[in-house]
Amino acid sequence: MTNLEQCLKCNLCTLVCPMMEVNPDYPGPKKAGPDGERYRLKDPAFFDYALKYCLNCKRCEVACPSDVRIGDMIQLARIKYGSQARRKGLTGLRDWTLANTDLVGSLASPFAPVVNEVLQLKPVKSVMDGMLGVDKHRTFPKYSKQKFVNWFRKQDQSAFDKFVSYFHGCYVNYNYPKQGQDLVKILNSAGYGVHLLEKEKCCGVALMSNGFAARAKKQGAVNLASIRKAADAGEPVLTTSSTCTFTMRDEYPDVLGLQNSDVRDNIMLATKWLYEKISSGEVKLKFRKDFRMKVVYHTACHMQKMGWQLYSIELLRMIPGLTLTVLDQNCCGISGTFGFKKENYGFSQKIGSKLFEDIRTNNPEYVATDCETCKWQIEMSTGIPVLNPIEILAEAIEL
Amino acid sequence: MALKEYDVIIVGGGITGAATVRDCALRGLSALLIERGDICDGASGRNHGLLHSGARYAVTDREGAEECIKENRILRRIASNCVEQTEGLFISLPEDGLDYQANFIKKCREAGIDAEAIDPAEALRMEPAINPRIIGAVKVPDASVDPFRLVDAHILDAQRHGADILKFTAVTELVKEGGRVVGVKTQKGDVIRAREVVLAAGIWTAGLAREAGVNIGMMPSKGALIIFGHRVAKMVINRCRKPANADILVPGDVVSVLGTTSDKVPIETCDDMHATPEEVELLLREGEQLVPCLAQTRIIRAYAGVRPLVVADPAGDGRNVSRGIVLLDHEERDGVPGLITITGGKLTTARLMAEMATDLICKKLGSSAKCETAVKPLPGSEGRKPRFKDPFNMRAAIGRHGNEVSQMDFKTGGEILCECESVTRAEIEYAVKNFGVRNISDLRRHTRIGMGTCQGSFCIKKIADVLADILKVPADELVKEYRQERWKGMTPVMWGDTLREAEYMQKTNKDEI
Repeated sequence: MTNLEQCLKCNLCTLVCPMMEVNPDYPGPKKAGPDGERYRLKDPAFFDYALKYCLNCKRCEVACPSDVRIGDMIQLARIKYGSQARRKGLTGLRDWTLANTDLVGSLASPFAPVVNEVLQLKPVKSVMDGMLGVDKHRTFPKYSKQKFVNWFRKQDQSAFDKFVSYFHGCYVNYNYPKQGQDLVKILNSAGYGVHLLEKEKCCGVALMSNGFAARAKKQGAVNLASIRKAADAGEPVLTTSSTCTFTMRDEYPDVLGLQNSDVRDNIMLATKWLYEKISSGEVKLKFRKDFRMKVVYHTACHMQKMGWQLYSIELLRMIPGLTLTVLDQNCCGISGTFGFKKENYGFSQKIGSKLFEDIRTNNPEYVATDCETCKWQIEMSTGIPVLNPIEILAEAIEL
Repeated sequence: MALKEYDVIIVGGGITGAATVRDCALRGLSALLIERGDICDGASGRNHGLLHSGARYAVTDREGAEECIKENRILRRIASNCVEQTEGLFISLPEDGLDYQANFIKKCREAGIDAEAIDPAEALRMEPAINPRIIGAVKVPDASVDPFRLVDAHILDAQRHGADILKFTAVTELVKEGGRVVGVKTQKGDVIRAREVVLAAGIWTAGLAREAGVNIGMMPSKGALIIFGHRVAKMVINRCRKPANADILVPGDVVSVLGTTSDKVPIETCDDMHATPEEVELLLREGEQLVPCLAQTRIIRAYAGVRPLVVADPAGDGRNVSRGIVLLDHEERDGVPGLITITGGKLTTARLMAEMATDLICKKLGSSAKCETAVKPLPGSEGRKPRFKDPFNMRAAIGRHGNEVSQMDFKTGGEILCECESVTRAEIEYAVKNFGVRNISDLRRHTRIGMGTCQGSFCIKKIADVLADILKVPADELVKEYRQERWKGMTPVMWGDTLREAEYMQKTNKDEI
């Protein structure tokens, strides 16, 4: 049951909603959430399709002084009443493709060099733009020739006596194994062996936002079963993506109805785990003396919701030779697959403009952030390369 | 000043008066309705908003039950935009036993009410919020009706058929000439003449009649109710037992209304009705038995109304007195020609009451016009209901006003001003034009403005500015009047989130007004 009645109509949520600022068609978190919920309880016909504009950034929930689960309420309404809004035809195909990161990744990886080239071709982009509604400004993240899991299989972890589990996520597996490889290197050098989960599925965030909640729930159950096995073995499950982490910790119980209270504390970002281990003295890393880097840190919305940016920031601050500026928290606008859709491109860029301006003003070598979709958005919009804090750490230590 | 002389003057702007003035107008009589305040100021605006199937009365009052089911079916047709066909459940708890239920079903069927026993597990599937301890459930054709909209629709139709409506004008006395009532005198001292005067002023009828030397034994029976912030059940939920306190929960628009109590009160208190802490406590205690989550559900406000019961014997608590329709021909009864009283009855049966009263009026005036109110749809319910494909900001308005939205300009007035209840500027302009509102409380009756969760804390300034601009009055006066009225309903339930809301309301609006 959602707690709509705690809403005092103070409109703090309206004030912080990034979509409200740029899109007059979006009713805003208060109207879409607690106000709209009263009408939806009366008659599902009051479901407003403009709820599709919600980025699910949860900034409304962060702002709410009454702890109303506004973002969850909107997500739940979209699942309960909006599934018939799932698009048909080519746009439906596009949404399906964007949602099924796991499946599409498996299909694309074997042909990575060809797929990557083809997806960059101008005629292909304009066809995707015109027919599928994937905005032509976007480039899909490149598929990797070798999947992360295939690389990992060749890594001998048998010498270790302490282990952690790693939930790599789709992006690391299909597109960017380096991020996962960096984590394994760091953990190994810290004296920890790495296990993968017995079975790992996509966390389901893209499925949920594209109207495939039932599938997301099934995959979530598979993940939780594996996470429980890791927990039973006394291993924390580390991650390198803030959104996967947030989804498995909070969206599973609050939106998909998957009970995870027994293992929720076991799922955490690698930066948090590392920070805690280093500051307690359990882990000692040897930093390079000649390391120099100028970095700005961008707090992804879901990091803000978890309140964990602190750990990534403090971890980065431990690195000698790193100049770090923490940016004001502004949404980058992409919201996962949302910004890939042609109809949303304009909103995405308007929302992100404050962040882009801030980054440009600071003129860093790199932007650090814990979210891969923020990375794509910032790289595309500013031209400045983006790294996960784990990658920076891997670069800064002596292996 | 020479005022028009009417065929008939109806005193009282509740549902009975409104239905009567409509019937008179449809039958071609020149009619005036005169009301001291706004429409629905009395019992018509202070009830459950329940369109009875008659089931509640089936066991104790067969005639009343039959009237209800007949009128229920008529109103579903003629007032489709005011009625929400929610259907109702009568649930039995272990302490109620199933004997009452068996007799209840039998009596319902005898009165022509479709009463269908359903499996408790099925009932819980239909309405997961009801008490899981239920041992039985009966489905009946109860429905939810918006009394404000229903009265407005009658008033509009009467006006469109030539009737005059005079609001905010009290009748100070009935004017008599040679023993005959020939008109009314208003607070302004005007005398308005008519061939027949009909008293339809609810509990205030007795006082007016006494002036004319006519004695009507009326018993004010107070009923208190609580409004909860949202819908906890989709259907009307009743307790299947001998009618008692707090045993009906009605889904009204986007809220839930729980009631009522029934207590005899002194007639002097009827002008200032409010719920007491004891009544609130009793309602909550009993309501929880019906739907347990009410204990944790946010309360918006509590209020009370007065049933205009007519009695021969003024003893008793009011629940055992017949709530039947009382039509008094004072020429016959008291030797006072020119005066008719129509009272008693229920919101559900008001159309029938009006038909009976108008039949008598026509007889007196020598008119043979036939009643058409059972077949002619009310404004807003004519033709097909507009489709929901319209812009989102219109949907709530369509739900409230039906086809009348065609009279509203959503192009320039599409902005939602009251966000809880989704009320647009277009509806405000429509209400001002059609119902002559003076302040925000009046506007509330005709639009639902400020009736929602925040009780106006967020939007009231905006609304006051819009209304002040139209009426050319100071906005801060409007806000002040409205606040006083809202405090009245919030004070008896000021705890939890309602208290937080009240604090917020007070603090955020303190300095600016």
